[in-house]
Amino acid sequence: MARLVVLGGGVAGHTTATFAAKWLGSEHEVVVVTPNAKWNWIPSNIWVGVGRMSKEEVTFDLAPVYAKAGITYKQAKAVSLNPEGSDATDKAFVSIEFTEAGKEGQTENIEYDYIVNATGPKLNFGATPGLGEGSNLGEHTVSVCTADHAVHASEKLNEAIEKMKGGTRQKFLIGTGHGMCTCQGAAFEYMFNIEHELNKAGVRDMADMKWISNESFMGDFGMGGLHMKVGGYVVNSKVFTESLFAERNVHWIIGAHTNKVEAGKVGYELLDGTMGEEEFDFAMLIPPFAGVGLKAFGKDGSDITATVFAPNGFMKVDGDYTPKAYSEWKAADWPKTYQNPTYKNMFAAGIAFAPPHIISRPMSSPNGTPINPTPPRTGMPSGIIGKAVAHSVTELMLKGENAHLHEAPMTKMGAACVASAGKGLFDGTAAAMTVFPVVPDYETYPGTGRDTDYTFGEIGLAGHWIKHILHYLFIYKAKLNPGWTLIPE
Amino acid sequence: MKQEELNFEKEQFTQTMIPGKFAKSMRTCVLWQFIRFAVLNVKMIIVVQKSH
Repeated sequence: MARLVVLGGGVAGHTTATFAAKWLGSEHEVVVVTPNAKWNWIPSNIWVGVGRMSKEEVTFDLAPVYAKAGITYKQAKAVSLNPEGSDATDKAFVSIEFTEAGKEGQTENIEYDYIVNATGPKLNFGATPGLGEGSNLGEHTVSVCTADHAVHASEKLNEAIEKMKGGTRQKFLIGTGHGMCTCQGAAFEYMFNIEHELNKAGVRDMADMKWISNESFMGDFGMGGLHMKVGGYVVNSKVFTESLFAERNVHWIIGAHTNKVEAGKVGYELLDGTMGEEEFDFAMLIPPFAGVGLKAFGKDGSDITATVFAPNGFMKVDGDYTPKAYSEWKAADWPKTYQNPTYKNMFAAGIAFAPPHIISRPMSSPNGTPINPTPPRTGMPSGIIGKAVAHSVTELMLKGENAHLHEAPMTKMGAACVASAGKGLFDGTAAAMTVFPVVPDYETYPGTGRDTDYTFGEIGLAGHWIKHILHYLFIYKAKLNPGWTLIPE
Repeated sequence: MKQEELNFEKEQFTQTMIPGKFAKSMRTCVLWQFIRFAVLNVKMIIVVQKSH
């Protein structure tokens, strides 16, 4: 019997573990190590953040699902990897620290034959003074990154609405809390869901709304923007995005590195080097992501973290990490199999793999501050990568080390994205978009870098219906209910 | 003054496009959105299939 250990139980980790368990059967063991007791459908957190869904509707307990799948579940966080073993054993192992109630702080070494790092990101609130400490949210702003954060955000939003009903104007500031953030889409959704709720509450005229983002242009979204077919035209996402902001009367500050958060005020640096401040009564600022801080050690105990992980803490895989100028970036730089080049029994999936470079054009202020979005690799790409990695590991375990590795490069993978702009069965709207491929490939698609036959977007009620159906569909799939494998990632 | 014209008055919004009353009403017109729902699903399924 061989053992596969999956670190992380989010979209990528859960997909990898559940498919691997299904394909491997009872001959081999699958172990999941995740610090969380509950699975969270993160795309719906924005609806929790405006009080339109409860925490219970976007989460469920992992233990019974893993018991049903025959997966060994350890509620713990991974601390370090020993891919060569140690002086006490020749077998590779991962050291974990339990977070489960009653076992907090206890440690264990789990030996593995194969390991998949799908730890997701560390929410690096501490990167911006005042935004938080380490991975903990600070006191001045709210967040929708976790279900608990979203519940807190909803409470604060209700307080703001009550103030407006009492005649006090409120200033809303939504966006990114650092110059190197990704996940602008979540902030975009939260902004327009708040705007929608303020309209419903009859207080929109008492609110000033502003977007602050590290994007160099509206609609960059960490993908360098996109050209999509709308109304017979091929339109840059800048036009599409600015149009929605203008329609909803939301102003913007872009090319901004938020460098300080205080009570009721943020400080920022712009791409032209100027400094500014913006006041707020209610702010939701997405933190930058970093690797979770896993260490790696050689057999002799030496620190080999730099061999296994990139400086940002994400795991090196089969991408080309040679530093290059933007003009030399190629689709071929991006990883295909997500296998670690040094340790072939080690893979990474989802946010945990290190991208070879960003997708957007790199920018920095005259002061040398980098201000550009980092690549998104959440949602559909995370799921697809997780499944491809599960395929590869399963075949390696069943057929031996020369088995075929499955590929899922983001340069040949599309993504369907539905960005909510307000929840409601008959008055909700969402921007339904597809992009193909996620990472532009200018050799295959000269001009826009993408296939405009498969890159489109439109806003409307239909998009909202799709997002709402996907909420139930993906939670159904994640619970491994009958027919779950038929639902695509 | 129409709502979109009010918004165009604001300096940051002058260089984009803003939908008028008809375009906005179509976004929540249930009959039209049923059709768009079907079309969007087909388009998304094609992209999902191409990506696996």
